[in-house]
Amino acid sequence: MAETSLPKRRTADGPPRASGSRILRLFHRSESARGYLMMAPTLTIMTFGIVVPFVILIVISLWTRHGFGFDTTLTLANYVRSWNEPIYGTLLLRSFWISGVATAITVLLCYPMAYYVAFHVHRNKMMWIILMTLPFWTSYLLRVFAWKVILGYEGVINSGLMSAGLIEAPLSFLLYSPTAVIITLAHAWAAFAILPLYVSLEKIDRSLLEAATDLGDGPMARFFRVTLPLSMPGVIAASFLIYIPTTGDYITPALLGGPDGAMIGNLIQLQFGAVNNWPMGATLSIVLMLWIAALALVFLLVTRKVQGRIT
Amino acid sequence: MTPSDRFISIRSVSKRFGAFTAIEDISMDIGQGEFFSLLGASGCGKTTLLRMLAGFEAPSKGEIFIDDQPMSDVPPHHRPVNMVFQSYAIFPHLNVRDNIAYGLRKQKLASTRRAEMVEEMLDLIKLPGYGNRKANELSGGQRQRIALARALILRPKVLLLDEPLGALDKQLREQMQLELRALQRQVGITFVFVTHDQEEALTLSDRIAVMSGGKVLQVDTPAGLYETPRTRAVASFIGTMNFFRGTVRRNGSVMAAIEAEGLGTIPMATAQLTKPDGAPVQIALRPEKFSLSPKRPEGGLAVEGRLRTAAYMGERSQYYLSIPGKAEPVAVSAPNSHRLMGGHDLPEGQALWLSWSPESIVMLDID
Repeated sequence: MAETSLPKRRTADGPPRASGSRILRLFHRSESARGYLMMAPTLTIMTFGIVVPFVILIVISLWTRHGFGFDTTLTLANYVRSWNEPIYGTLLLRSFWISGVATAITVLLCYPMAYYVAFHVHRNKMMWIILMTLPFWTSYLLRVFAWKVILGYEGVINSGLMSAGLIEAPLSFLLYSPTAVIITLAHAWAAFAILPLYVSLEKIDRSLLEAATDLGDGPMARFFRVTLPLSMPGVIAASFLIYIPTTGDYITPALLGGPDGAMIGNLIQLQFGAVNNWPMGATLSIVLMLWIAALALVFLLVTRKVQGRIT
Repeated sequence: MTPSDRFISIRSVSKRFGAFTAIEDISMDIGQGEFFSLLGASGCGKTTLLRMLAGFEAPSKGEIFIDDQPMSDVPPHHRPVNMVFQSYAIFPHLNVRDNIAYGLRKQKLASTRRAEMVEEMLDLIKLPGYGNRKANELSGGQRQRIALARALILRPKVLLLDEPLGALDKQLREQMQLELRALQRQVGITFVFVTHDQEEALTLSDRIAVMSGGKVLQVDTPAGLYETPRTRAVASFIGTMNFFRGTVRRNGSVMAAIEAEGLGTIPMATAQLTKPDGAPVQIALRPEKFSLSPKRPEGGLAVEGRLRTAAYMGERSQYYLSIPGKAEPVAVSAPNSHRLMGGHDLPEGQALWLSWSPESIVMLDID
């Protein structure tokens, strides 16, 4: 039926058109069709690179380990275990604590740098930004090793302090501790804080700052009533950019953390590696994801509340 | 001069940015409750002067006094002045109420009193019930009023306005001019108003300072500036003006005259003409001071010219006539109150007589 009716409509419409031009006309007419076309490559990668593996991860997390293989009956046993056995909770809490502190320190340290470039540098701003991100041109692993050299038992800090006569024995808390992990993470992710902070500060209309001064605010009051609230999008973006990846990080804690500095990422890595319990590893990954999502939501709500309170 | 005439006193103030001189040795006084305008083309230094009053720029030399207090050591947030910014600078993260109440924080008021004051201000600027609106829900005119309210609620001694009407369309601007003037009368605060729009300055101001190249050319009332400009620059900046070069002709001490290009010999009172015989002078005549007639008028001063172009402008017409002995055409403005002179009826090249009275002649400093 369709095959016979199609040629008829064509003759009624006038000369037949190539189907390609019909698609082109559709894209010309419909803005959303054009939008989807532009998103198509990303959408494809997202589907096959994220959604599909994610579904696989969920399925595996519902399996259980059985000897050297997996029992593929679907069960929530792993989730129950991850909730009941204290080791998982402890490591999760520690991960949130370490990356939370690292995030806070990074944002606090990077804010003044971004502020300086945004408000007090008038020429070659781009060069300043490039200089600030210069350390991040080396690989992540190299930077972690560099911190090992600095913080180590016979490292730069300890030998420096000892030769200066300030301490007798090397400080042991520097390496293989949560402190070492926090210091390293804070340094390793600084570039991810500086850039969004700089962009949000740079965007602030200077006449707003003058207006605040004109209306009686000293430098401190002006900062807390105008500059900080208006740069909040940058602070939130920087916090997320650092907090989310550092919670699951396993390289830094593995190399610098020692037993007290191990994080949930190390445990997940173990499940997929030496322990060979993929279902448990998948379960922990999903639990971690859910917790991060929940914490991010709380963080967003709290900042919004605080912002309303300050002003 | 009473103290209230020197409410703001600018004493030999200069401002340099590197090699560039933005303000060059300006001294003037602004009276209490005055609506004072700084008028000039962009880059003349008017905004720099305003920003020095606000405290955002420090004078390189000289001193500014407000209400007898020297201002050089007073930071902007402690000055008894407030500013309405050209961009209005409404805080985007606050609603209208919090924007208006922004500066009240230091006054430690009860929250009910504060809310009352904000409501009073919203009534004053004719935006009652707008307290909860966000900044991005406001039109240009509304933002301008809120910027005004935010400054006025603090009862400053001086309100500084940096081209506050520049971003508004013509109709709204004219309405806001009237409201601004009425508001200033109502609150009695000294206004210092920066503008490049001469018509706006004439409509609003008690006095105007005409600025150019970092200097003040003349400070006068609107009528004073228009009728008796001192220099060619002031005369041509405000309205249209015809300029004539001339030479002083004296015959004894009683009679004096100016031999002006194209206008012939104009007898002048000796009191008005102090220069010696043969001295060059520059005289000026506003377009509306000329009368046009098809025939030579009885008595008085007149020359014959030929019509070059005429522009019909509604209630009046602007004519350009060439007269012998002068290269540039003379601009004449005449009301269209009778049809004889209905501008669009006259053909090009029509002979017309121009007449004027010697009293309407303005003597300019040669610059």
